[in-house]
Amino acid sequence: MGNGADTETLGRLALFADLSRPQVEAIAHTFEEEMFPEGQRVLRQGFSGSNLYVILDGEAAVVIDGKERTRLGRGEFFGEASTLLGTAPTADVVATTALRCLVVPASELEGFLMAYPAVAIRMLKEAVRRLATTLQWL
Amino acid sequence: MALTHPSGEYPVVVVGSGPGGLQVSYCLSRLGIEHAVLSADDAPGGMFRSLPIFGRLLSWSKPDAPFERGAREYEWFDHNSLLADDPELRGLVPAEMNRDFAVPSRPEMERGLAAFAERADVHVRYGCRWETTRRDEDGSLVLGTSEGEYRCRAAVFALGVTDPWKSDIPGVEDVPHYVETLEPRAYEGRRVLVIGKRNSGFEIADGLLPWARQVVLVSPRPVQTSVIALSSVRVRYMQPLEDAGLGGGTLALDAAIERVERTADGFRIHAHGTTRPGEVELEADAALAATGFATPIRDLGNLGVQTVAQGRIPALTPFWEAVGAPGVYFAGNATQGAPGLRRHGVGASSPAVHGFRYNARVLAEAIAERHFGVVPERATFAPGEVARFLAHELAHGPELWAQKAYLARVVALEEGGAGRDAGVQPLSHFVDAAGPDAVAATIEMNAAGSIYPVVYARRGGAVTEHVLEPEPQHAYHGPGYLAELEGLLRS
Ligand SMILES: Cc1cc2nc3c(=O)[nH]c(=O)nc-3n(C[C@H](O)[C@H](O)[C@H](O)COP(=O)(O)OP(=O)(O)OC[C@H]3O[C@@H](n4cnc5c(N)ncnc54)[C@H](O)[C@@H]3O)c2cc1C
Repeated sequence: MGNGADTETLGRLALFADLSRPQVEAIAHTFEEEMFPEGQRVLRQGFSGSNLYVILDGEAAVVIDGKERTRLGRGEFFGEASTLLGTAPTADVVATTALRCLVVPASELEGFLMAYPAVAIRMLKEAVRRLATTLQWL
Repeated sequence: MALTHPSGEYPVVVVGSGPGGLQVSYCLSRLGIEHAVLSADDAPGGMFRSLPIFGRLLSWSKPDAPFERGAREYEWFDHNSLLADDPELRGLVPAEMNRDFAVPSRPEMERGLAAFAERADVHVRYGCRWETTRRDEDGSLVLGTSEGEYRCRAAVFALGVTDPWKSDIPGVEDVPHYVETLEPRAYEGRRVLVIGKRNSGFEIADGLLPWARQVVLVSPRPVQTSVIALSSVRVRYMQPLEDAGLGGGTLALDAAIERVERTADGFRIHAHGTTRPGEVELEADAALAATGFATPIRDLGNLGVQTVAQGRIPALTPFWEAVGAPGVYFAGNATQGAPGLRRHGVGASSPAVHGFRYNARVLAEAIAERHFGVVPERATFAPGEVARFLAHELAHGPELWAQKAYLARVVALEEGGAGRDAGVQPLSHFVDAAGPDAVAATIEMNAAGSIYPVVYARRGGAVTEHVLEPEPQHAYHGPGYLAELEGLLRS
């Protein structure tokens, strides 16, 4: 099986900013990279068994019941809620350009976050920020 | 004798004579699609003519199994033979095996593939190297080869993922690659450093255990024993890992290598620990780079072909068409460029023969339909027969068992509970493409290794998933499952 993305690309992402170069290299060797053509669904609303995706390049739309809610770009991630909770995603995520992602399988996410607490903190902050934005909408 | 596939114009051109190229050629022929097959080699078998380096495959072929050798259901028990409609052409690899092991040796595999090419009449123009590619104004593809130009509407590249690849560690260019590993006795009494802790790294470690003074494996990523336990590669890891675990001499270190230095009588490696921080310096008498392989896509990037994994694997659609280059398809090991839905993190089994042989059949059907309007004839079912058919496929359909969560058996639903077989399709295509009412049945596996059926139903354009319970004997054609399927079809 192929190794993931190259270390340079990963090292530039905010999510991994607190890690040492050898740690980033270990991540690059652990997780695979996947590329989606424009228009391809990556996360599927209501389907179990999904994974966490970190965007390396390109853009994606978050779509709930057919309505676009927001866009995500390089360095952002999606699928964290369903992977951590073991539930089906409540939104589709669709590539709006050619989209390159790092894939973290659900079964490996907890171990990954425990091995790199700095990544867990960054992810938590982002999740809280998203929650705050959502609450503003309500 | 007339020349096999002289240069010129063909509906389809296939490049490669490994198991991927042979399988796709056979399947195209069965559909009546004329094509040329080109190969740089001078005999069939591809990678298996020289690798794996220690001469034994990972993938099983059980000469005796719950089904007879000529039966379709037997395919799941024989991961290495190519597929054929004629029972006489099935199971050709186990026919070559001496039965000391449940996995074939490299020569047994090579002979099995050669027997298939000969008996199934797969004609290849050997000694023909594809060198350049361009697209003409009328959209056709032109392949420049050592033996002239080939023009076609669709091209299938079955190039393997077998080109030695090294990461960009300074000094690694002096380290021989896995494919250059010498006879084991050449390492007698030497301390051998292996860069890489995947499949090929552990194959070397396993092969050198009886010879080397010590084997040291180094790479940034820790070995994930829980993942390996469920995969066929575990046979390679078991002995070296046990040796490492018990302190028997073998070392498996987690470190990112900064540079490799040549010394008077060997190599010195400078690295940084990953799971355990700190400087690591290692000396060895010999070193080998088990750093992986790449697909030799040559100039296909100019046509728009995109790649993942640092240029090593083409990025593919669910039907194995290159993302960004219509009409350019891949077969064989390179079909891992389409991992599918990765449900529960599990990707397609496309990097091995048992997975990609089915991709080849689905691909041949897709090419026949899209480019030539040829659709194979398929069964229709009276009301009440649909559930029975799906139940049989869930229990014994080799496509579903080999390509878990990647390939699905699809049945189109018609008035009054009747149905029409829509063949085997990539599951991600079924769940994402619009279409008439239909059901797709697959076998899936979760991260804990549990195996169970999942049925996807498309009604009025919306797809829902139905996960069925696992059953210890995998008897998914039993009455309970049948009743559940009938219920699903009614709702
Ligand atoms: C070390 C190793 C061990 C493996 N062990 C197993 C195993 O035990 N079981 C298993 O199922 N899989 C195994 N695999 C995966 C294996 O690569 C595939 O199963 C199989 O060989 C792939 O078949 P293929 O047809 O895709 O490619 P290959 O067998 O690699 O064949 C590629 C073909 O393309 C041709 N070609 C390439 N470039 C050109 C060109 N420019 N012009 C013309 N022809 C060209 C080559 O000459 C060759 O005929 C292993 C892989 C490796 C690297």
